[in-house]
Order: sequence, then C-alpha cells, then structure tokens
Amino acid sequence: MPDVDWNSKLAGLRNRIPEQIKRLVIVLAVVIVAFVPARRLLVPADFGEHGHYRTSALDDAAAMPLVYAGQVVCNDCHDDIVDLKGHGYHVNLSCEICHGAALGHTENPDSIIPPAPRDRGYCPICHEYNESRPTGFPQILSVSHNPLKPCISCHNPHDPVPPETPKECTACHAAIAHSKEASHHVYLECTRCHDAPAEHRVAPREHRPSKPTTREFCGECHARDAESDPDIPRVDLETHGERYVCWQCHYPHNPEAK
Amino acid sequence: MNEPLAPSESNAEVKRYARRDFIKKALFAVAGLLVPQTLVASKELEGAPEWVLADGYKPGEHYWAMGIDTRKCIGCGRCVEACKTENNVPREPFYFRTWVERYRINADGETFVDSPNGAIDGFPDDPTDKNVMRTFFVPKLCNHCDNPPCVQVCPVGATYKSPDGVVLVDQDYCIGCRYCIQACPYGARFLHPVTKTAEKCTFCYHRITKGLLPACVEACPTQARVFGEVRRKASPLQRFLRMNRIGILKPYLNTKPKVFYANLDGEVN
Amino acid sequence: MENVFNQIQGFIYPNEFELHWSILIVVYPYITGLVAGAFILASLVKVFKVKELQPVYRLAMVTALAFLLVAPLPLLAHLGHPSRSFEIFMTPNTRSAMAMFGFVYAWYLMAVLLLEIWFDYRRDLILWAQKERGLQKQVHRLVSLFSSDVSEPAMRFDRRAVRAITIIGIPSAFLLHGYVGFIFGSVKANPWWSSVLMPIVFLFSAIVSGIALVLLIYMIVTPMRGAQIDMSCLDKLASFLFYAMVVDFSLEILDFVHRIYESEESIDILGQLVSGRLFVSLVVIQLLIGMIVPLAAIVLVKLFRFPAELRRTLYFLSAILVQVGIFSTRWNVVIGGQLFSKSLRGLTTYKMSIMGIEGLASAIVLLLLPVVILSVLLRILPPWPEARNPMETAADATR
Repeated sequence: MPDVDWNSKLAGLRNRIPEQIKRLVIVLAVVIVAFVPARRLLVPADFGEHGHYRTSALDDAAAMPLVYAGQVVCNDCHDDIVDLKGHGYHVNLSCEICHGAALGHTENPDSIIPPAPRDRGYCPICHEYNESRPTGFPQILSVSHNPLKPCISCHNPHDPVPPETPKECTACHAAIAHSKEASHHVYLECTRCHDAPAEHRVAPREHRPSKPTTREFCGECHARDAESDPDIPRVDLETHGERYVCWQCHYPHNPEAK
Repeated sequence: MNEPLAPSESNAEVKRYARRDFIKKALFAVAGLLVPQTLVASKELEGAPEWVLADGYKPGEHYWAMGIDTRKCIGCGRCVEACKTENNVPREPFYFRTWVERYRINADGETFVDSPNGAIDGFPDDPTDKNVMRTFFVPKLCNHCDNPPCVQVCPVGATYKSPDGVVLVDQDYCIGCRYCIQACPYGARFLHPVTKTAEKCTFCYHRITKGLLPACVEACPTQARVFGEVRRKASPLQRFLRMNRIGILKPYLNTKPKVFYANLDGEVN
Repeated sequence: MENVFNQIQGFIYPNEFELHWSILIVVYPYITGLVAGAFILASLVKVFKVKELQPVYRLAMVTALAFLLVAPLPLLAHLGHPSRSFEIFMTPNTRSAMAMFGFVYAWYLMAVLLLEIWFDYRRDLILWAQKERGLQKQVHRLVSLFSSDVSEPAMRFDRRAVRAITIIGIPSAFLLHGYVGFIFGSVKANPWWSSVLMPIVFLFSAIVSGIALVLLIYMIVTPMRGAQIDMSCLDKLASFLFYAMVVDFSLEILDFVHRIYESEESIDILGQLVSGRLFVSLVVIQLLIGMIVPLAAIVLVKLFRFPAELRRTLYFLSAILVQVGIFSTRWNVVIGGQLFSKSLRGLTTYKMSIMGIEGLASAIVLLLLPVVILSVLLRILPPWPEARNPMETAADATR
C-alpha cells in the first residue's frame, strides 16, 4: 500500500475549495445548527405519537366542562316523573330540553333549582303549526287554540295526552287540512274517504284509518254516470288512466294543485 | 499535491469545481427538503389500543358516527340551542357547530332553503304562495369524515382525526390560517372570534368519552338524531343503518362522511 | 358583520357569513407573483442569453428580493396566532400545500435569490468596499461575507455559479408561485378554485406582472437618476410581456370555455357570480382594462413604427394597466371564491374594513413597503451599468 499523506491531501483540498464555498458553508452550518435546538425547544414533546398532532390535545378535548347532565341521571331522584313520562308521548323528550341544562342541579340539588316553563311561549316551539313539520306530528295554531290559557292547565307536560280526545282530524293533520282548504275537496269530510276507528285518536300508530283502494271509489262522484252534483268534473272510468288508481296521479287532498 | 496548477489544468479544475458545487447544492437541497421528514417523528404508535384517557376511556376501542332521519326532524332548534349552551359557542348568528336547514320545493321545481339564525329559535311559519310539493328540515353539522379534507390541508397538524373517528381541533396549536375552513365542503367550521382558532362540532367529545350523548342528540325530542358506533354488533346506530336507505352529503367529493342521513332528498347539498 | 345580512342573495351556510381570506390574502399571491415574474425575466438574460435585457438583469433581481422580503408579512398579519407561525417549520403537515410555504420560501430566498445576487455582485462588492470608507464600506464587506478573492478562477466560478443557480432557480420560481396556485386549485370543496389550470394560470399571470413591474421600475428610476432609457431593452421587455400576456389570456379563455362547456352543477351560481358581484372586477378590470387594452397597445406598437416617445408612453400605460389587471385577477380568485356559498344556492358580500390589521390601509402599506425596501437596496446594491466596476479582462465582458 503506498503511503498516503492525508494531512497534505486535506490541506490541498482546502486550498482548492473556492473561498465562496467556504463562506457559504459557514452560513449554512449556522442556519442548521440554529434549527436543531430550536426544534427541540419549540415542538411539543408528545407531538406525533399517534398521528400528526399533539397527543395531549385529545385529553384537552375530553376535559372540557359538562353543562348538560343527560336525562339518564334524572331517573336517580325523579323516578316517579320519569316513569310517568315513560308511558306518554313525551317519552323521548329529554328533561333538560324544558328545564334547561341541569348539571349544577345534580351537584347541588337544593340550592340550584332548574326552571320550568309555565307560560304559553315554550310549547309552541315544537307544537306550533308549520307546514314543513312531518304529518301526524301534533300541531296547533296557538292564536286560536285556547288563547291566553297556559298549556299546562290542560296538558300535563310529563304525560301530555289532550284532556279531551281531539274531535277534529286537523288537530294532528293540519298540513293536510291546509291543502284541502285550497281545493274543492274542502267540502268533503275526512271521514268521507277515510274510516278512522275511535282508537286512532288515542293510539294513532296502532290503529290506522283506512284508505280507498279502488278507482270506483272516486268514481262515486267523478264517473260519467255518477249521481252527484253536475258541477263535479267527470271522466270515463273505462279509459281515463286505466292502468292506475286515481291517487297515483291526482293528489286527493288538493287535486287542482299544479 | 500542493504544486501550483498548470494553466491547462486550471480550466479542468474550475469545471470540476462547478460540477462539484452543483452536486453539493443539489444534495443540500434534497437534504433540506428531507430534513423536516426526518426530524419530525410522526409515526403511528403501534399500540394505539393501549392509549387510555382520563376516566379509563380507550380511544382505540370506539368508532363514532351519527345518523339523522330527516323525516323525524320538526325543526324546533332545540339541538342548536343545546349545542351552543353545552360548548359555549358565541351566540351571534355567524357561529354554529350545528344548525338546521329548511327546504321547500315547489311544483315548478324551484327550491328555497333557509336557516334563520341557524334555527336556534325554530322557524317562522311564513307560508309561501307557491304550491309546495315537498318540505322538510335537515339538521347539519360536521360530518367527521373518514377522509377529511380539512385534516389534509392543515399546515401544522392542529386538526386531526382521533383513533375513535372524531375530527378535533387542537386549540393550543392552531395558528388561525383558516385553510381548513376553506377546505370543508359542508361549511361546518368557523373561526372563533375570541380564541382566533378554528372551531367546529366535536361530537361533544367531552361527553362521549364519559358515556354520555352529544348535547344535540340528548336534546332532540323526536330522536331524529341517533348517535352510536360503527364497527360494533350492537349500537343505537346499527338499526338505523340497517332499516333505512342511507344518503351522505356530497358523496362525489369522496370525503367519506360519518353522518348518515335517512330519507335524504336529492335537493339537499 | 351584521350589515352583511341584507346583502345576501339566496341561501348561504350559517358559518359562511364571515369571509375568511381577506385582502391580505389577495396581496400575498400578487407579491410572490411579482417575485417569480421578475426572476423569470432575469433568467432570460442568464440562461437564454437575451442580450437586449442585460441592462435590467440586476434591477430585476434586486426588485425580486425587495418584494420577496415583504411576502411573508401579509400572511403573518392574517394569522389568528402569528406567534405560533414557527409551527409551519417545526411540524409541517407534508400533505398540506400550505405547509410547503415555509420551505419553498426559505429555499427560494436563500438558495436561489440571495445566492444568485451574491455571486453576481460579489466582485463589485469587494471592489466597492476597497474604495469606500465608513458605514458604506462595512455594509459592502458584510454583504460580500468578507470574501476577497477576485482572481480569474474565482470569477469563472462566480459566473458558472450564477448560471447554475439560475437554472435551478427557474423551476424554483415556478414552484414558489405554482404552489400558491395549487393551494387554491387543490380545494375540491370550492368549484371556483378547484382546477388543474389554477397553478399554471397563477404562474403565467405572475410572469406577466413581474415583467410589467420591472418595465415600470426601469422607466421610472432611469430618468430619476438622469440616465437614458435603452429603447432596445424596453422594446424587448414589451415583447416578452406581450408573449406572456398572450399565453395568460389563452389560459384564461380556456378555463372559461371549459367551464361553460362542461356546465357542471356549479355553473348556475358561478354564472350569477360573474355577471353580478364580480362583473366589474373580472370582465371590466381584469379582462378588458388589464388584458385586452394593453395587448392591443403593444400589438399596435409592433404593427406600426411609432416614435420612441409614443412607444414609451404606451408601454408605461400598459404596464400600469397590467398591474391593476393582475391584482384584480388575484382578487377575483381569492375573494370571488368566497362570495358564493358552498351550498351553491346563494351569494354573499365582502365588507372590507379600512383600518384594522386586515384592512385596506394594511394592504396598502404592505404594497408600498417593497418600494421602500427597493430604494434602500438600490443604494446598497446599485444595479446600474455605470456602478459596475470596470472590467479587467476580456472574459468579464461576457458577464
């Protein structure tokens, strides 16, 4: 092996590196050397353990303060009311919707008392008539429904059965009644076409009203040979839309609607 | 080695210097671009199921999602109110973690959508003079996507998807650049006016880690909102996913949202 | 924000009341665009050997530096927590285009712009320092990093280094401004932004604005110091401006035609946006005043042999209109993309505040700051031909 003079080789290399490079390397080295301790100082120690985020952030999120207690907790002390509510229409209604967030009450039951809405203003938030609400959801027009009386004078909020069985279908089916009012079918009672057992007003989902099943039913008024008011529009039942039943094309609650 | 270079050799030397200089610079450049990767240790911890929060909650054992049935929503806005109360969201009408929209589609095919103050006080009954064919309410919130575009664009790693499928924001790390707000297709994010960081629905993480329900689910009087876990044999969400035709918002964006809508009308976007 | 309410048309998501990316985010791509454009102009001299542009080479580099130094400021001012901005360097999310800002910016500033200026000026800095005294001398010595080698091999090294850096610098400039376009173009949630063309359009409008800027500065500063404007240089600048504008305009027309042809879901609301809220800023300012009029002016100059006086006037006016047009382009992208709802059902409005850190005053200050910095740089690193130290060898003449 020939003897290599490393010292002079290095010295020669140093002499051959342009002065510009030497200076730039020094600047670059300063930048890198400044970066490394800065990183150690500035990046949180638990960053990146489970993903590109700070691990303790999850603990921070989980440690936010609670404000609502959750209706399950109410049962511990108010089991009688919960029992009553459990058999009525408001079974799915959380206590804190009407009584407000009550975590403070669970911790200090005697000193922090949740309010209870007793005026007419609160119940219509859900029960005021709105055409976008699903059909069958009980809705009232608060201006005409026993005005000035507080709702709770007739309806127990924990078991809000109406004090009297509703006489009119419109009590729950206001949207349908609304559409019917815009058409000639306003002259028809709901019972003309739908047979509603009395139980329907008490347990609506278990006992449903009937619906017409044949073309001839509508034909009782609308067939050419029907014995009804001459102003009623007539069609030839044999040929008019013969593949279909009438309500597949015509909305029975508002047949004139475009 | 130390002899002065002959003139003919110096040209070659200079050429070599230029080439060496170029290579050196290129290597520096590549190294410089790789430095962040090597210095930042962001590897997935293999033992994620081992991670335990306070109260013994293990993020690795859950995967949260929500179901919303638009046929059941009555637009009462109790959910919006409960959310703002539970999470101390500013009350002005510009900041919502969840809100409800009302759709009214008339016979001409025109659709009108509104959300007065996010529906925190419900909706006024202002009937249109047009013939309304369909009308319904649609609650909206952060979809906690499985492929979240907001997490993808956060420059610093302040927003992230937790092991239990909840997309959260690290309030102490967010720099407030608002890129995530631009990237969310659902308008679920806002900038908190006081903390100046991005904020959004957290599925009430502080509640679900203690076995409670999110405030909006708790508050819904008709059970239009259902909360539970996917990847479980039994959960309140399972029946919902089995019995309903399920839709998601903006499926063509491939965000893989985890808020599933039953009876979602095609006009909802 | 309450006064936004009555300006809303249709339906917007409740959280969209507040427009998040304000005028500062319009200023940022405008400034980086000028940087990229000025650098690309300079590269025409060094890489493509366009000799006529030699008088503006150093001016373009120094202009690019002045604007690049200001570029991060609008971003810092806009952040909710500027004190945490270091996190972009420390824990960048490599999947985020915005995280690349720190590194692309640092790379471009240090490895391209500063390095090229250093290599190009080094000899002059050393020779100036030798003749000066006091603060001037120390500043020049510092900027030269106390180097002293002006030998022939060192000069050849400098020249090669400048060429190499310029070659690396061209894709770097593309990256510097292209990534800004990608920040917008990659947001699938926003149909106004989401487009493959976005980085390309950004880049070419950057080149247009950069060339126009150097043209303007050259035309303003040269008479100010009592020198003659080199008309062949100016004509060449205007030519390149013209070519760049033709490409930029074609890209914008392509985007427009493509959108209308495909007629996707968003076309209705975007049509309302362009014909309503953005009509003045897009059709009138960006297209008509900022693109078509300057194009027509330069075409006229090319077709007819106008006298130098008229040509200067037309170039000057065109360059100003181009600046206004490109600023408007940035406005239309950034603000325009936030003026419609992601529900595609409504339009909102941008209430720009005058004061406040994200207000109009702030933006104006940030646009004027590079001019101030440039005036300082023009003293420390004068780019004028007469400031150069006389050449010692024939080899220097080819620099």
